Amino acid sequence: MTALRNRGIRPALLVGFLFLIALAVAGCSSSKSQSFQFDANIFLQDLNPTSQGVLGALYVTIVISVIAQALGVALGVLAALGKMAHIAPFRVTANVYIWIFRGTPLLVQLAFLYYGVGAAHLWGWDPITINGFLIPGAIQAAMVILGVNEGAYMAEIIRAGIMAVDPGQTEAAKSLGMTYRLTMTRIVLPQAARVIIPPLGNEFNNMLKTTSLIFVLGVVETYNHYVIVQVNNFRPFEAYAACALWFLLLTTIWGFIQSRIEKRFARGTATGSSAIPGASWRARLFGNAATSSGLGGH
Amino acid sequence: MTTPNVSGNLLGAIGGVPRPETDVVVDARDVNKWFGRLHVLKDVCLQVKRQETVVVIGPSGSGKTTLIRCVNHLEKIQSGRIFVNGHLIGYREAPAGGIKVPIARRRNGKAPGATKLVEDKEKNIAQQRQEIGMVFQRFNLFPHMTALENIIEAPIHVRGASHDEAVAMGRALLERVGLAAKEHVYPNQLSGGQQQRIAIARALAMKPALMLFDEPTSALDPEMIGEVLEVMKELAREGMTMIVVSHEMGFAREVANRVVMMDDGVVVEEGTPDQVFSSPTQERTKAFLSKIL
Repeated sequence: MTALRNRGIRPALLVGFLFLIALAVAGCSSSKSQSFQFDANIFLQDLNPTSQGVLGALYVTIVISVIAQALGVALGVLAALGKMAHIAPFRVTANVYIWIFRGTPLLVQLAFLYYGVGAAHLWGWDPITINGFLIPGAIQAAMVILGVNEGAYMAEIIRAGIMAVDPGQTEAAKSLGMTYRLTMTRIVLPQAARVIIPPLGNEFNNMLKTTSLIFVLGVVETYNHYVIVQVNNFRPFEAYAACALWFLLLTTIWGFIQSRIEKRFARGTATGSSAIPGASWRARLFGNAATSSGLGGH
Repeated sequence: MTTPNVSGNLLGAIGGVPRPETDVVVDARDVNKWFGRLHVLKDVCLQVKRQETVVVIGPSGSGKTTLIRCVNHLEKIQSGRIFVNGHLIGYREAPAGGIKVPIARRRNGKAPGATKLVEDKEKNIAQQRQEIGMVFQRFNLFPHMTALENIIEAPIHVRGASHDEAVAMGRALLERVGLAAKEHVYPNQLSGGQQQRIAIARALAMKPALMLFDEPTSALDPEMIGEVLEVMKELAREGMTMIVVSHEMGFAREVANRVVMMDDGVVVEEGTPDQVFSSPTQERTKAFLSKIL
């Protein structure tokens, strides 16, 4: 994928490329005794958003991604400030948190914190009702564990963002009588946001795809939906191809949204609106080289 | 280059000359500071009276910037006391010999029963800094805020002023530093001179009893120095109490009530501009002045 990215392939080319792979696979297998025929009807039926459960599964993926990412950013800010604190217990807590959640696989964290902790009766993950909305324990666990895991990665991104702000800004804020809290919320974090937003966008792109792991908790999100589809119709090729296309659509839409957000946050900078690296949708989708190399297709 | 239209009555914009509570606004006594093993301030004493403008001169590395940064506690000090408006800045007195006395200081042999300095609570320090305006060499305007937003930020969020009240004062200040037209402009679209004038307005908006200027013209192109000095002269004329670290000898001659010469962490000489510039008594002052005049 990196090679593709660097050459700046256009979307149409990419889709064509996928079809070529499909044809190649179909061709290879047809020469064998058990022939494989790509069934376009089943594929389109799997892909069809009006099919039973597709929209619901996408909804679950999106909602869990958004909430887990929001939780991750909040925890990331706390952990970043903790890491930079003068008070040793804060530093230790933040460092241990980051160490554990970056040092163990997310899949293990999901299984341990949901099944393991549940079995030990430490935390039952009971369903809760908010505004008449019943949230099953597995979905709560998915949001919390993905969020806590994400927080450990966001901490480093946010810390880098805070350190990128000129120390003169903190001094100016202090000299105006601002407290640490005001200095952070009004002066430092808004400026750090500019540095944080591009990698944050990439983190959310990752999050959209990583949610597929929560099938181990039994949550029916997009990936799990297609697992069930192929179990029922015995057509894994079509089902997982449809699944992949849905994820590709989600991350593509996010790419557009992200470039809008980055332009908005670029106000007041020397780099200006569209000149900020990586801000264009093209760069977002295919990497920065696509816009700068001049091989972007036009 | 057009000279900016700096209209008089800068302090009128903030409701008159802020009244320091004491006759001696700044009283620094035997201040010592080390950066690691480097002794940057050696028993420095400095007094600034109400409505006085003191210009601190000296070669680079002499400790003059460090001194004024200690006055609003942007730098810690290791011994001595700094009072602004009669309040001890950055520290509170605590009985010495407590369990928290660092070993290094205990070895220095403080007399038993003496008090030692303990850094004050962050909230109290922030409160003290509201009384002390500071203007930096590199302006340090907030780049994500317009000129006006820079000025009204602290009055609203620190002083608790209403938005309308802060905006009215902010506009008056912008007008008086000659930048009324730049209200909605972000700092990166302004020249250095314009940014520094807004930085001065931003500090004034907190109605400080004392203004500190840390080489306010050193980062400016030569043609922009005049417009910033003009604002500072106006402030001095109107009776603001000011400490200015500067290499602008013309400004010092014209505006300063007193000139303080520092070298190697020590106040070498102080007096009226006439005394210091025309008949310096110390060799180090003579040597320094001969290099820059």
